[in-house]
Amino acid sequence: MTQPILSGRNLVKSFGRVVGLNGADLDLYPGEVLAVIGDNGAGKSTLIKCFSGAHTPDSGSMQVDGREVSFTGTQDARVAGIETVFQTLAVSPALDIATNLFLGREIRKPGLMGKVFRSLDKKRMREEAGQHLQNLGIGTVQDITQPVETLSGGQRQAVAVARAAAFGSKVIILDEPTAALGVRESSRVLQLIDDLRTRGLPVILISHNMPQVFEIADRIHVQRLGKRAAVVTPQTHTMNEAVAIMTGALTVDPADQALEPAGTRAGS
Amino acid sequence: MDLSEEFGGNRGLVGRIQVLLHRYPYLSPLAVLAVAMVVFTILNNRFILPSNLSLMTQQTVIVGTLAIAQTLIILTAGIDLSIGAIMVVGQMMMANFAVDASASNVQFALNWPWWAAVLAGVAMAVAAGAVNGALITKLGLPPFIVTLGTLGIFTALSLILFKARTIQGPELPDGMKVMGEAVSIGSFRLMLGVGVMLAMYALFAYILRSTAWGTHVYAVGDDPDAAELSGINVNRVLFRVYVVAGLIIGVAGWITIGRVGSASPNVAPNINLESITAVVIGGTSLFGGRGTMIGTLLGALIVVVFDFGLSLAGLDQGPRLLTIGVLVIAAVALDQWIRKVDA
Repeated sequence: MTQPILSGRNLVKSFGRVVGLNGADLDLYPGEVLAVIGDNGAGKSTLIKCFSGAHTPDSGSMQVDGREVSFTGTQDARVAGIETVFQTLAVSPALDIATNLFLGREIRKPGLMGKVFRSLDKKRMREEAGQHLQNLGIGTVQDITQPVETLSGGQRQAVAVARAAAFGSKVIILDEPTAALGVRESSRVLQLIDDLRTRGLPVILISHNMPQVFEIADRIHVQRLGKRAAVVTPQTHTMNEAVAIMTGALTVDPADQALEPAGTRAGS
Repeated sequence: MDLSEEFGGNRGLVGRIQVLLHRYPYLSPLAVLAVAMVVFTILNNRFILPSNLSLMTQQTVIVGTLAIAQTLIILTAGIDLSIGAIMVVGQMMMANFAVDASASNVQFALNWPWWAAVLAGVAMAVAAGAVNGALITKLGLPPFIVTLGTLGIFTALSLILFKARTIQGPELPDGMKVMGEAVSIGSFRLMLGVGVMLAMYALFAYILRSTAWGTHVYAVGDDPDAAELSGINVNRVLFRVYVVAGLIIGVAGWITIGRVGSASPNVAPNINLESITAVVIGGTSLFGGRGTMIGTLLGALIVVVFDFGLSLAGLDQGPRLLTIGVLVIAAVALDQWIRKVDA
């Protein structure tokens, strides 16, 4: 049986009296796109923020590659190979594209200039940033030194996704990546997600957009009232059924769920 | 989703200027300074005499050095109203520790070597900066309120410890006043303190532009949430900014003793607001995240050049203050306009 690359068991997180997670589970398997859907307040963002290090769960366990982990900040999750594109994008508007890509993990010049004078290797960071954007098929960047605030919403999204894809060695998490985008830009982001999957990187995608979820996801994790209500696939369930699970109108027997990807299930 | 549309390509002249200023915010103070110098020279050709130019650099040195610290803090979207009070407590400590009991007005009279007394005063300023930083990061209080409070506290410290009495220049050791020494280049007199100030501008311009810490200072001021999610320890950066500011303020205190020739608690009563004025006229945004050291240096020079030029042109203090006030408002209005470039 394939081991999940990322998994959480019985995660609990409350904010004062508000319960964000109430014993939530999650499994992400290698090479898949896992969509996380749910009504407002179902705990989608709270759940993925536990895995990206932005929240620390009150109780429950998380594993990366089967090893127990606990994150106290986004830096911990990054070290573990998990990169997140937050809903707010977490890019610094006044800084340029290359600086944003390397924010928090700047590269210093080799030798004396880097070691003693701590000088940044801007040339190398710009070259690598251009390369990363090109890898994602956003190759026509003319000016990598342009401040991010001069970019359109879609372009900023591309910078945030490029940053995640450039450094995420294990998992990429995307929180509502198309919420602020137009039709053309949204389809470009979906293309990027597909590219990431092709490169073998598993992706967690949080989205409200059902058609997009059913288009791109291998499995769909339905979050309800702070817990995992069910995991289905676009092949076994319809959009209406997924919405019914979200609202509690429909429950799915665990035997009919896709708790593991199809390939592994057949082999087990 | 392609980034190929070159930004500003299809804008009019005004739009292009906006984009240019957005990228190089120190161009506007540079233009103001250049135009002002030409106009003042036309109004009174004695303005451009080397002796007058060197006097202007000397008049810039106190506010100019403090404005380095103020720039770092304003870049993080903070503000420091206690800068003058920290400088005073630092320089009063320097003077009091260095003289013996025969000096008048002295409270401590430790008779330390001048360099040890200077170090003690600088350490005092660093500690004061650390107090500001700790209150801001540990208690999460707004910098405006914290430094408004510590303005009172540090001023009180000067009064309580040093009785706010001026220690006269002849009683101070020469080493303590060395920053006021000048070398002649023709009839231009370059004060050592001015040289130290310029070196500090160069150092901090380098740190801001070319080190990771400098990048993080901008990121923290620009969007602290984004910085935190990008793995930057926002509170640690903020705390260090206030500590480094304290160090700069301490050195400014030493320079001030040299420039003024004595250690007086009333040396520069309006210095807090003057340092903010220089930073703002220099094109640094009060909202944080954008600005440059060179801009601040130009801003500090502009204030002095206007003051000097207008008084040479025969105007008294009223119109001079009026002009500086108009400049500040124009600079902030310009900043607001430049920031709209992302629309």
